[in-house]
Amino acid sequence: MRINNFAYLIKEGIRGIFLHGFMSFAAVIVTVACLLIVGSFSALVYNVNIMVEDLNKTNEILVYVDSELSDAEARSIGTKLNRIENVYRAEFKSREQALEEFVADHQEDEAFSGVQASDLRHRYVVVLENNQLMEQTVERIEAVPGVAKINAAYELAEGFATLQNVLHIASMAVIGVLLIVSLLIISNTVKLAMYDRRDEIAIMKMVGATNGFIRLPFVVEGFILGMLGAAVAFFLEWTMYNALITQLAAVDTLKLFHFVPFTDLLIPMVATFVAAGLFVGVVGSWTSIRKFMDV
Amino acid sequence: MIEFNEVTKSYNVGTHALRGVNMQIEDGEFAFLVGPSGSGKSTIIKLITGELKPTSGTVHVNGYSLERIRKREVPYLRRTVGVVFQDFRLIENKTVYDNVAFAMRAVGARAREIRDRVPYILELVGLENKSRRHPRELSGGEQQRLAIARALVNNPSTIIADEPTGNLDPARSLEIMSLLQEINNLGTTMLVVTHERDLVERFGKRVIAINEGVVVHDGMDGYYRV
Repeated sequence: MRINNFAYLIKEGIRGIFLHGFMSFAAVIVTVACLLIVGSFSALVYNVNIMVEDLNKTNEILVYVDSELSDAEARSIGTKLNRIENVYRAEFKSREQALEEFVADHQEDEAFSGVQASDLRHRYVVVLENNQLMEQTVERIEAVPGVAKINAAYELAEGFATLQNVLHIASMAVIGVLLIVSLLIISNTVKLAMYDRRDEIAIMKMVGATNGFIRLPFVVEGFILGMLGAAVAFFLEWTMYNALITQLAAVDTLKLFHFVPFTDLLIPMVATFVAAGLFVGVVGSWTSIRKFMDV
Repeated sequence: MIEFNEVTKSYNVGTHALRGVNMQIEDGEFAFLVGPSGSGKSTIIKLITGELKPTSGTVHVNGYSLERIRKREVPYLRRTVGVVFQDFRLIENKTVYDNVAFAMRAVGARAREIRDRVPYILELVGLENKSRRHPRELSGGEQQRLAIARALVNNPSTIIADEPTGNLDPARSLEIMSLLQEINNLGTTMLVVTHERDLVERFGKRVIAINEGVVVHDGMDGYYRV
């Protein structure tokens, strides 16, 4: 294909957008609406997942130190514990600190009034990166010299793991369905746009235009409309997301919800929107035009 | 040259559109194809333009064998055959100039070639002063002239005119037929499909008459009976 022809076809693609303004507008609006739905749901799922993970981190393991060890020896175990794979944080708590907490928790219970610091052990409060690997990590902690006993809530960890898995599968299924529905809607809009121009395509075929020549302006048009839809959807999503988390922060005085800033979602969101915009624009126009090429 | 040898065409619904058609139209010849509705005229046009393939027999058009033509060769066949339709089939949102230039661009012509050729063709069909108008601003006769200009601009060796005067009054019909004859005089093979017996008889050219998929008359005197 000659350069001047290529330039002409690109120009025709751009011209087509304005010439068929209403259909172009409809295609962009449908793309924006579908991407907004998919994007918003994905952002919601991402945040819920992070909240569940944060909640999961409150499931701490208590590692009791052998009471025969000196204070310095007990403190030195912390370095070894923090080096174990999957340990997010191992925080030393002396027997005195433990007593303070114990007294605070049981101050109205006379049965514990005589408890002394020497009755308790030094301990570490361990938070894991991934609680699904709790059993294996606990085995490694047990192997550290000086560790006397471990209290780990395996059932709670399993509960969180199940919740995360269910959430993951359900969200993937919903996002998948939303994507398919969106693609079908957008593809139908593109088909309508093609139908609107079937005569033009038929004339091009009649005068001997090759399929590539006929397709290129439509694909250029689809590309531009897809990208435009993706860009509009992205900036709308950004604005809506920020507005929503600001509103939520204002009413969430107990700080129950923690939403990540949109900048954390920037790269996956841009990648998804651009990929979806490109796919529906280019693939949508490429496949939709096939029906009208068969003359 | 257009050559049909024992051509049959059946559709899936069981209709036999053509039953052993034989005909040959030489380069530079002018011929009318006549026949009642449903006689097989449209099937012949579709076979010539590569829209259909024959069920049996052979069809040769300007060096292409249509019974075994590849899909990617069809655009190149169509560049040798200009088609004019009864309903003009113009692009409404393009100007007269652009409707013609569009056909040249579609076959990859250079910008300079387009600038040189389009005004010449518009002058040939008498639309040189209306190049900036849109089709809706033209009369029926002018729209058909524009359709002829578009069919002609890529210098095809053959022009097929399918009921070119079907939407025109008698005076405009005569003008269009005269234009087609002038183009034929310049060396382009012309096959005109029509119902209009008066015009056929007036021009006294070769007439191929078809009825129920069979050629029932092929004569040079301009008279026919279907």
